[in-house]
Amino acid sequence: MNRLKELFDQKKNNILSIYFTAGYPEIGATLKIAEALEKAGADFLEIGFPYSDPLADGPVIQNSSQVAIENGMTLKILFQQLKDLRSRVSIPILLMGYANPMIQYGVANFCKAAAEVGVDGVIVPDLPLSEYEELYKDDFIKNGLSNIFLVTPQTSEERIRKIDSLSTGFIYLLSSSATTGKDLNVSDAIGDYYQRVKDMNLNNPLIIGFGISDKQSFDRANKYAAGAIVGTAFVKTLSDSTNYLAHIPSFIKKIKG
Amino acid sequence: MKIMDYRVNEKGYYGDFGGAYIPEMLYPNIEELRNTYLDIIAQPEFQVELQNLLKDYVGRPSPLFLAKRLSAKYGANIFLKREDLNHTGAHKINNTVGQIILAEKLGKKRIIAETGAGQHGVATATVCALKGLECVIYMGEVDIKRQAPNVARMKMMGATVIPATSGSKTLKDATNEAMRDWINNPVDTHYIIGSVVGPHPYPDMVSLFQSVISEETKKQLIEQTGSDQPDYVLACVGGGSNAMGMFYHFLEDEKVRLIAAEAAGLGVNSGHSAATSVLGKEGVLHGSRTLLMQTEDGQVVEPYSISAGLDYPGIGPQHAHLHKSKRVEYVSITDDEAMQACMLLSKLEGIIPAIETGHALAQLEKMELKKDDVVVICLSGRGDKDLDTFMKYFNL
Ligand SMILES: Cc1ncc(COP(=O)(O)O)c(C=O)c1O
Repeated sequence: MNRLKELFDQKKNNILSIYFTAGYPEIGATLKIAEALEKAGADFLEIGFPYSDPLADGPVIQNSSQVAIENGMTLKILFQQLKDLRSRVSIPILLMGYANPMIQYGVANFCKAAAEVGVDGVIVPDLPLSEYEELYKDDFIKNGLSNIFLVTPQTSEERIRKIDSLSTGFIYLLSSSATTGKDLNVSDAIGDYYQRVKDMNLNNPLIIGFGISDKQSFDRANKYAAGAIVGTAFVKTLSDSTNYLAHIPSFIKKIKG
Repeated sequence: MKIMDYRVNEKGYYGDFGGAYIPEMLYPNIEELRNTYLDIIAQPEFQVELQNLLKDYVGRPSPLFLAKRLSAKYGANIFLKREDLNHTGAHKINNTVGQIILAEKLGKKRIIAETGAGQHGVATATVCALKGLECVIYMGEVDIKRQAPNVARMKMMGATVIPATSGSKTLKDATNEAMRDWINNPVDTHYIIGSVVGPHPYPDMVSLFQSVISEETKKQLIEQTGSDQPDYVLACVGGGSNAMGMFYHFLEDEKVRLIAAEAAGLGVNSGHSAATSVLGKEGVLHGSRTLLMQTEDGQVVEPYSISAGLDYPGIGPQHAHLHKSKRVEYVSITDDEAMQACMLLSKLEGIIPAIETGHALAQLEKMELKKDDVVVICLSGRGDKDLDTFMKYFNL
């Protein structure tokens, strides 16, 4: 059974997900960080596979991707590293990245490799809904992988329904149309939008991402959604490349309170 | 024989290439454009304004000039389509004039654009000044240095120029930054992409606005030669907009041989090149599936060319299709070949072309031309912006 589904069946609120880039701050960091995050209390993880031109990312995640590439991280190496994933980490794992590296790897091969190492789902922000449906959906389903789509304040209700019908894990609700790591001033309008989506009673749970960096923003997200994702704020704490693992427990504690 | 279909289909693809590979944040903007661009462009009042601006502001039609001394040197009849004589000195303004009217009709208040050589940035700043709209231009840090006069021109016309400091600090990175800006300002901003790249409908829209080049050329050829069927049509390719404009009305006429010149930089296999059709593989960059230079792992390779306008790791999706279907022949021209061609045209015809254009001109050296052959070359821009590079290269 898909670990994501299990998680969402068991836990309906305060789910904390953490994003980090594979191969940052050092090539061998991937599984060590995942282990430490599980131990510290994260509920599921997004492991970024780096891309040279990450359009939807701000400077912090751009930099982590560039460093990871310089460190030699590739999809091939990531899948090798993840061979030990399931003997070391039991929480759900998603891979997150851009379409081009996945297409070069071959989407069918990518899905197979991901399933083999025990990955539960994939987030590819620049893979359009229509291409997913037409070209790649079968590969995802065959391998039991959830594909996670994004929704923004500008996404129409009709499109949200369509996304809901194609989603099998959760829906990634962006707090704003923004690149990652943008300082967002949380206005009441955002609350209205969260409420509007919540009131649609979708089949999939909602997880809020972008601009979540502390307990206050995490708690606020949990008023409307099953949980929230922290990316940039966590990647920043990893920049201390000699001692990055040591910061993880206190970081998680700070968010969860 | 069935004529190949070279045009965009209803899903936004040219054969295997194109589409709109964009994050959800950009979906409403792209969807709005996709649903409206053809209708807006077809409106009579849009057309009246466009035609007036092209005539009285841009200075169209641009002349088709029979270059007699160049023709004598190569033993053929060589015509230059003088896009260099447009206001702001290149073909880029054909597109920005069209898109600025479109942006106005969509109620946008703020314009963003990327630029490489600075020609598109200047052409965008120009139409923004004309319309009194806020203008933000992203330009790679490297390009800001090598195209300083264009940076000054943009600033004089009121644009804000923001350096792109990521990656190779050239056109690709400026495009990333412009897209990020658009993601963060999705409601009031229109992104004027400067070439036939990006998500559908941009490649189609930009090629429509540039198609005036071949539309005029056909009429001018009839007047000057009695036929609208040249033997060869040549253009340089960065993203591919002057080439698409130059080829547009010749695509279905398979007797006309179309040749596109890419930048080989220091040589196709030197590791310092931008010859995408040779070095590229199918992939996704800046919102479309196309040919692009990349590693086995799908990381985009940093291109190199002496000309900032050709320094791009991809080509527009329609070019990828025209390459795969072999309708257009793609050739690679080195820095040195392009520079010599610029010098030659300056000496023979008193026309100093842009280094980008030098790549198309250099192909003449490699062709076996016959006396009666009619050759049209898109003179995409003038060389004023490149004087610094010419001075250094030729020790002037
Ligand atoms: C004079 C000139 N020609 C050609 C180009 C290349 O662009 P495209 O391939 O879109 O025509 C540029 C780009 O800056 C240019 O300034």
